[in-house]
Amino acid sequence: MKEENVIEADQLTKTFGEFTAVNAISFEVKKGEIFGFLGANGAGKTTAMKMLIGISKPSAGKAAVAGFDVYSQPESIKKNIGYMSQRFALYDDLTVKENITFFGGIYGLSRKKLREKREQLISELGLENISNKLVGSLPLGWKQKLAFSVSLLHGPKIVFLDEPTGGVDPITRRHFWEMIYKAADQGTTIFVTTHYMDEAEYCDRVSIMVEGKIEALDTPKKLKEQFKVDSMNDVFLKLARIPSPTLPKGKGENTDCN
Amino acid sequence: MQLKINDEISSPLWELEWKMKRFIGFIKKEFYHIFRDRRSLFILFGMPIAQILLFGFAITNEINNVNIAILDHSKDASTGEIINKISASKYFTVKQILTRETDIETAFKKGKIKAVLNFEKDFSRNLIAEKRATIQIITDATDPNTANSITNYINAILQNYQQEKNRTIAVEYQIVPQTRMVYNPELKSVFMFVPGVMTIILMLVSAMMTSISITREKELGTMEILLVSPLKPFQVIIGKVVPYIFLSIINASVIVLLSIFIFKMPVQGSLFLLGLESVLFIITSLALGILISTIAETQQAAMMISLMGLMLPVILLSGFIFPVASMPVPLQIISNIIPAKWFIIIIKGIMLKGVGMAYVWKETLILIGMTIFFIGLSIKKYKIRLE
Repeated sequence: MKEENVIEADQLTKTFGEFTAVNAISFEVKKGEIFGFLGANGAGKTTAMKMLIGISKPSAGKAAVAGFDVYSQPESIKKNIGYMSQRFALYDDLTVKENITFFGGIYGLSRKKLREKREQLISELGLENISNKLVGSLPLGWKQKLAFSVSLLHGPKIVFLDEPTGGVDPITRRHFWEMIYKAADQGTTIFVTTHYMDEAEYCDRVSIMVEGKIEALDTPKKLKEQFKVDSMNDVFLKLARIPSPTLPKGKGENTDCN
Repeated sequence: MQLKINDEISSPLWELEWKMKRFIGFIKKEFYHIFRDRRSLFILFGMPIAQILLFGFAITNEINNVNIAILDHSKDASTGEIINKISASKYFTVKQILTRETDIETAFKKGKIKAVLNFEKDFSRNLIAEKRATIQIITDATDPNTANSITNYINAILQNYQQEKNRTIAVEYQIVPQTRMVYNPELKSVFMFVPGVMTIILMLVSAMMTSISITREKELGTMEILLVSPLKPFQVIIGKVVPYIFLSIINASVIVLLSIFIFKMPVQGSLFLLGLESVLFIITSLALGILISTIAETQQAAMMISLMGLMLPVILLSGFIFPVASMPVPLQIISNIIPAKWFIIIIKGIMLKGVGMAYVWKETLILIGMTIFFIGLSIKKYKIRLE
């Protein structure tokens, strides 16, 4: 593994019986990069991500995350990554403070460090007045920003974001991406899946998955040149070969459930 | 590649401390969930007390102050004595004196009385002259168990009366049955219900509540976050289960205390053994709860499986209400796979008969075996999901 690469996948494959969800994908992600992982629902994004974060065993191929092998060292991988899922995932019946303390705690932050980080995080997000309120009472956009900050709490090398901005308004999405940029500036690698094509434009490089394969991988600019179109949306449509006459257009609010 | 966090956990002592802290944090969070959810609180603390009081006071097989009516065609010395004897007992109250046969039907239909005693004409004379007199006992059998008990009680009173009468006359031979009800001499039904209710509550709290709380994390997506964290899957499960062990032990103690102090139920055997066996059954139920949570994807499914798959068999087949021995053979065989059946045998033995481990080791081993089986099956199911 080159020093610069924090994720390396080589012919990574996952099959469920006869069905090949992820078909021999290969790619690298560099340190500090914002890597967009695009694809329609059912294209295999979530399955691929699950192999990288150590909760699903690959069927074939090789992959290393933060320098650790996904087969033999998933525990070491887990200590070095952050993860935020497409379903908002903090505890609604815990307060802002309790959530931060709990998640910091399971990553083994010391009490002193935890207190420091908690104060810092609350003031950065401007949550001072509501830090003792239950998370369930916050608007969705705030919850998602909080969830992202919590996933960064233990200073991970890479953060995996699985459709982090599903269901929020454009302004909150904008804020969310500002937070992503800030984290990337501080050297955290961002691996993000999305189906909002405007978000794809914000990424340093994107890969587009179609039916389990990576069909394109480059910077948004080069991809647009290559396909001779003006937007990532058109790149995506060309590759994904939709709209298909029999299938409704992928709206994408559903869970990627392969 | 050097890692910040890996450096920190290099010393084993530090690692142990770190693990303990993480674990305590996890349990704290679990208690927040429980105490902030009114529904869980009710199931945890309201239900046991409500159930034990309900079964103790309201639901009973005993007969007490049953209203009866008398139709006395003779109105002589003997019938008077018998009526006095019956109404003096705490079991019966003479509510109505009937005068005609046709009144019997009406009296039953009004529903105020449960039995009618019909003395034949010339009762005393027949008794002395012909050595034989008859009383008709008519009972309302819409409730067969009660009707049976009433008949038995009246028969017993009549027997007793007859013996008193015969004492003065020399009889050549006589069989005098001496019955003695052991372990529950007063035939209190609460003694029968306490072990059953305790079993149901422990099952409910341990199996249903844990399966719901684990599936809730799956439903909310937080389970995924926990699995991506450095916590190992078994640590997550243990963290979720430990609070319920505590709560179940508290519940079991409350039930035992209630039955001792309110219903005067004796605990003949060792309290320590009772505690140990209860903890074993709690763990069996938790293992079942974990197994359910590996099958169910939603809280609702977990609740349905727990209620239909656990509660119903416990109530119907464990011998809690219906004796296993009088069930049809296929049901008797099925009842063997219900952990609650074995636990009820154990606690009845300890509480009522005062037996020790020497008498319940077989049942204990069966429960241990079942627990190991459930845990093994859960691990296997869980692994398949991860693959």
